[in-house]
Amino acid sequence: MELLRYFGDFNLLLYRAIRSSTEFSTYRGNLVSEFVKTGFDSLPIVVLTGLFTGAVLTIQTSYQLVSSLLPASVIGAIVTQSIIIELSVAISSLVLAGRIGARIATELGTMRVSEQIDALETMGFNSVSYLVVPRVLAGILMFPVIYVVCTAAGIGGGIVAGVMNGLPSETFLEGGREYFFARDIIFGLIKAFVFGFVITAVSCYKGYYASGGAEGVGKATTQAAVLSCVYVLLSDFFLAAVLL
Amino acid sequence: MIEIRNLTKSFGSNLIWKDVSLNIEDGQTLAIIGKSGCGKSVLLKHIVALLQPDEGEVLIDGRNINDLNYVELRKIRQRFGVLFQGGALFDSISAFENVAFPLRYFTNLSESEIRAKSMECLTMVNLQNIGNKSTAELSGGMRKRVGLARAIVMQPDYLLYDEPTSGLDPETSDEINDLIISMAKSLDITSVVISHDMHSVLRIADKAAFLDEQKLSWIGTIDELRRSDHKRLQSFVKASEYQLI
Repeated sequence: MELLRYFGDFNLLLYRAIRSSTEFSTYRGNLVSEFVKTGFDSLPIVVLTGLFTGAVLTIQTSYQLVSSLLPASVIGAIVTQSIIIELSVAISSLVLAGRIGARIATELGTMRVSEQIDALETMGFNSVSYLVVPRVLAGILMFPVIYVVCTAAGIGGGIVAGVMNGLPSETFLEGGREYFFARDIIFGLIKAFVFGFVITAVSCYKGYYASGGAEGVGKATTQAAVLSCVYVLLSDFFLAAVLL
Repeated sequence: MIEIRNLTKSFGSNLIWKDVSLNIEDGQTLAIIGKSGCGKSVLLKHIVALLQPDEGEVLIDGRNINDLNYVELRKIRQRFGVLFQGGALFDSISAFENVAFPLRYFTNLSESEIRAKSMECLTMVNLQNIGNKSTAELSGGMRKRVGLARAIVMQPDYLLYDEPTSGLDPETSDEINDLIISMAKSLDITSVVISHDMHSVLRIADKAAFLDEQKLSWIGTIDELRRSDHKRLQSFVKASEYQLI
């Protein structure tokens, strides 16, 4: 019963958000600040995540592929493709599920329990348009950008780690180019788009319907971060099954 | 005019009140009184359709607010100003911007007109020197006054107050009471005040409605309240430690 109510409320909020997305003048101001908070402010952690993911993957691949039968460029091919298809988008999304999901749920949850959302509604505002639409739009539009940055950082980290382990950067990039397919980038962008939607929509839902004071906001924040991670993993699996 | 007809509300198996009916005439100030947890704020939220009743209807100038589509509902809501218990100020913007907020979105006024109008409302609540203070810097009384300035900035027909004096010292409570009286007189606004502060109710209200035992137990003018022999009402009034004169 609780699950049905959750499902119904979530879909109702999404329906209201889609219908409200035409009220651009209501959320225009918030959209810009959400782009900054979701995209620009996430860049340091995303770059750091990408760099170390690429570096660790390169070291690990070099360690596992000790064979005179395989050319060294294979390391670059494996690392580059793994980063483009899966690692940069999945790991950065899991990191951002905590950062962005928790922020959104806390902001909206606090507004809910302190009656700020009620105040918006009683003024005649569409609170979903004002609060939910810009956050979800920022998620689905900024996550693909974050994916591109994280991928570039990941490959950069791979090159640096490779050079430190005696693998020339030209050899690394040669392997990467050899097995590069444009569709892999498109696949990664689709994943980023979906993950951006999942994280922001779930977190908005948890925050928007928070109740029970400070404890309720804390609970909503935890659930938003955890559920965002779970849904990212689930949708990652389904997208891989459908698109690959 | 606000008409509440046969309103019933439960949360799950917990009945809040049943069959509540009352009218609030234009220009009148009605106080809804009762013990904590009797559903006063729940009733207030029904007036602006923040909550839906299980049964019954709320009519605003003859139109059932629960039958309206969302666009119509938002238009009706723009005729209301609501002062929430904690002020419900938007903490991401300054106190001044809170007052200017509805003007920016719902009017085509120029920046100078918005500033002038906002300052006029802040002056009415004696906060003309608030500058660009953040909401975190405000005391409880100041938050309520900024909330009141925001509630009246769109010149509403109806003002709803949820516990306007709760948590305030007697002096600040009196300032808020004076403001409520002056709003009702100078702006000719219909007001609904939720309170369990009888000192405040006797000063500001024309009528009072007593919610008790999950129903509207008593309704009448303030003079009738003073003379009433309704036992539970008198017990409630006496418990508030106010001696009726």
